[in-house]
Amino acid sequence: MKFGEFGGQFIPEVLMPPLKELEKAYEELKDSEEFKKELDYYLRVYAGRPTPLYFAKNLTEKVGGAKIYLKREDLLHSGAHKINNTLGQALLAKYMGKNRLIAETGAGQHGVATAIAGALFGMKTEIYMGSEDVERQKPNVFRMKLLGAEVHPVDSGSKTLKDAINEALRDWVATFENTHYLIGSVVGPHPYPTMVRDFQSVIGQETKKQILEVEGCLPDCIVACVGGGSNAIGIFYPFVKDKVRLIGVEAAGEGIETGKHSASLGAGKKGVLHGMLSYFLQDEDGQIATTHSVAAGLDYPGVGPEHAYLKESGRAEYVAVTDEQALKAFAELSKAEGIIPALESAHAVAYAMEIAKEMQRDEIIVVNLSGRGDKDLGIVMELLGV
Amino acid sequence: MVFEIETPWLVTFITAGDPHPKLTLDFMLALEKYSDVIELGIPFSDPVADGPTIQKANYRALKAGTKVSDVFSIVRQFREHSDKPVVLMTYYNPVYAKGVDEFVKLAADAGVSGMIVVDLPLEESGEYLAACEKHGIDTVFLAAPNTPDERLRAIDEASSAFVYLISLYGTTGAREKIPPLAFDLLKRAKRICTKPVCVGFGVSKREHVEELVKAGADGVVVGSALVKIIEEYGENAAERLEEITRELKRGCKG
Repeated sequence: MKFGEFGGQFIPEVLMPPLKELEKAYEELKDSEEFKKELDYYLRVYAGRPTPLYFAKNLTEKVGGAKIYLKREDLLHSGAHKINNTLGQALLAKYMGKNRLIAETGAGQHGVATAIAGALFGMKTEIYMGSEDVERQKPNVFRMKLLGAEVHPVDSGSKTLKDAINEALRDWVATFENTHYLIGSVVGPHPYPTMVRDFQSVIGQETKKQILEVEGCLPDCIVACVGGGSNAIGIFYPFVKDKVRLIGVEAAGEGIETGKHSASLGAGKKGVLHGMLSYFLQDEDGQIATTHSVAAGLDYPGVGPEHAYLKESGRAEYVAVTDEQALKAFAELSKAEGIIPALESAHAVAYAMEIAKEMQRDEIIVVNLSGRGDKDLGIVMELLGV
Repeated sequence: MVFEIETPWLVTFITAGDPHPKLTLDFMLALEKYSDVIELGIPFSDPVADGPTIQKANYRALKAGTKVSDVFSIVRQFREHSDKPVVLMTYYNPVYAKGVDEFVKLAADAGVSGMIVVDLPLEESGEYLAACEKHGIDTVFLAAPNTPDERLRAIDEASSAFVYLISLYGTTGAREKIPPLAFDLLKRAKRICTKPVCVGFGVSKREHVEELVKAGADGVVVGSALVKIIEEYGENAAERLEEITRELKRGCKG
C-alpha cells in the first residue's frame, strides 16, 4: 500500500517474507473483535485512555487570540503517546507467536513504551539507541533497564535515531523468526506506516468526540510536532476529510539556514531509506545528512510517507520551529498552565502560540501535547540554566 | 548476458573509495588477476544490509570524500586495463537521487556490466528494470533462505546476469562456517533458476569456496574478508588482496 507515490517496501530480500507475514497478521487481527477488545482494555485500564482535552485558559489569555486546547497524551502511562502503538504492536506480536521485541528509540519515549509493553506481555525486549541519545536521555535509559529491557547504545554514523534504526534492522534481518521489530513511528516499509497510524488514530478519534462535546464544532486548526510523525498522523487522520487546518511542526534546530536542523519536509527531497520512499535530508549523491534538534525525538532525517503525501497533496501544512522557540514555549507552558511538555511537543506549542495571536477569539486550535517533559529536564537545565 | 565466462566464478567485492578513491583502481587490478567478476560497492551513509566490516569501509570511503562520480570514473579507468565484468553494488537512494534512468546510463557509459541494488526488491523495481534494459546493464537480484520457490522463480527471471544467494539470515560479514541454510537454498535454486547462481554473505575462505562449488554453486561472492584486508593493510593492501584471491580461485577449481 502506498500514499500516492510514497511508502512502499524498500528492504533487503530476506525481510520480504516477514513483512508479508506481518501484513497478513495485521489485516486479519485489526478487525477481529477479540483483538480489538483486548487492545481497548489495555488502552483504557492500563495506559489511561481516554486522555483529557484540556482548555488552556491561562495560555489562551496570555497569548490573546484563538482558544488553545491541549490533547493530553502526556498524561498516559509512560508519559507519551508512544504507548498507544507499542501496546497494539506488542499484542499483535504475541498473537503472531513472537517472543522477542526489538525497537529503536530517539528520545527514549518509544524505548520506554516498548519496554513497558514487553514487561506487560512477558516478552524479551531489546532497544537500540544512538549513543548520543543515551547520553542526553539518561532517565529514560534507566527506566528501560528497570523495566527489564536491554539497551544497546549505537556508535555508528550520527549516533542518533537514524543509526539506531539501521542497527535494529540489522538485528531483525537475523532474528525475524522469533522477533517482532516494533517500529516507533509512521515510518519504515509497508505495513508499518499504516499500522502505526491506525494504532495512533485513537488520539484524533477522541479529540473529535471531545471537542464536539465541549465546543459543538470541529477545531479550526490542529497542530502537532513531526519527527517521524506518529503523534501528528494520529491526531490528523480522523480529521483528514474535515474542513480543519492540519499543521505539522518540524524541528528547525539552530535554524534551517545553518544546516543544523531536522526539517525533512521543509528542506529535504524525495528519497529512499529505512524501507520507504519519502522526504529525506540528503546531499546530491543521496547520502543521508546528519541532523540536529534539541528534541531527540525529532532528530531524524526523514518523515513518514503519509506526511509526504499530505504535504504534496496540499492537505496538510508543514512548518518549522527552532530550538530556541521550542525552549521558550517549554518554559511558557510550564509557567502558564503547570504543565511541563516534552521538548518535542514544545515545538507544536510554540507554533500554536504564534498563530493563535493572528486568529479570532472564537476560533479553536488543538495542540497535540504528545509527551511530558520530565525526560528533558537535564537538557533544559543545562540550556536555560534554570 | 554479458558474463560469457566459464563457471564457477569467483566474484570479489570491495567498497569503492576505501580507504581513498585514488587506491581503488590498484585494488581492483590486484583482484582482477584471479577474479571472474568484480563487485564494486558504492559507499552509502546507511548500509543496513551490511555488517560491521563493510559498514566501516563505507564510512572510511565517505570520509575520504568519495562521490558517486568518482566510482564511475574508477570503473572507466579500470576499463582501460581489463575486460572483466564490473558489477556495482549499491543501495537504492544514490540511484534514486541521481534519477534512475540517468544513474543507469552513467553506469553503462562508464563500462559497468551489471548492478545489484540491495534494498530494491522486485516489487519496487519497475523503473529500474526498464532503465537497465534500455542501457544494456545486467541485473542481479538477491534471494534469501526464506525466499519461497515461486518468488525465487520471479527473481531468476528478473536477474539477467546471475542470482545472488544469501547464505544466511543476517548481514554481510566473514563467518567461520557456511550454514546448512545456504546448501538448502543452493539446492532449491539449482532446481528452479535458469541463470547462474552465486552464493555470498559469510564466504571468506578457500574451504568455503570448495564446499559451495562442490555443492553446485556457479559462483561465490567474497566481500568482507577482502575488505578486512584493506582495513588492516590500508594503501599497501594490493599485494595481499592478490594473494588471497589466488587462493580463493584455487578453491573454485576444486
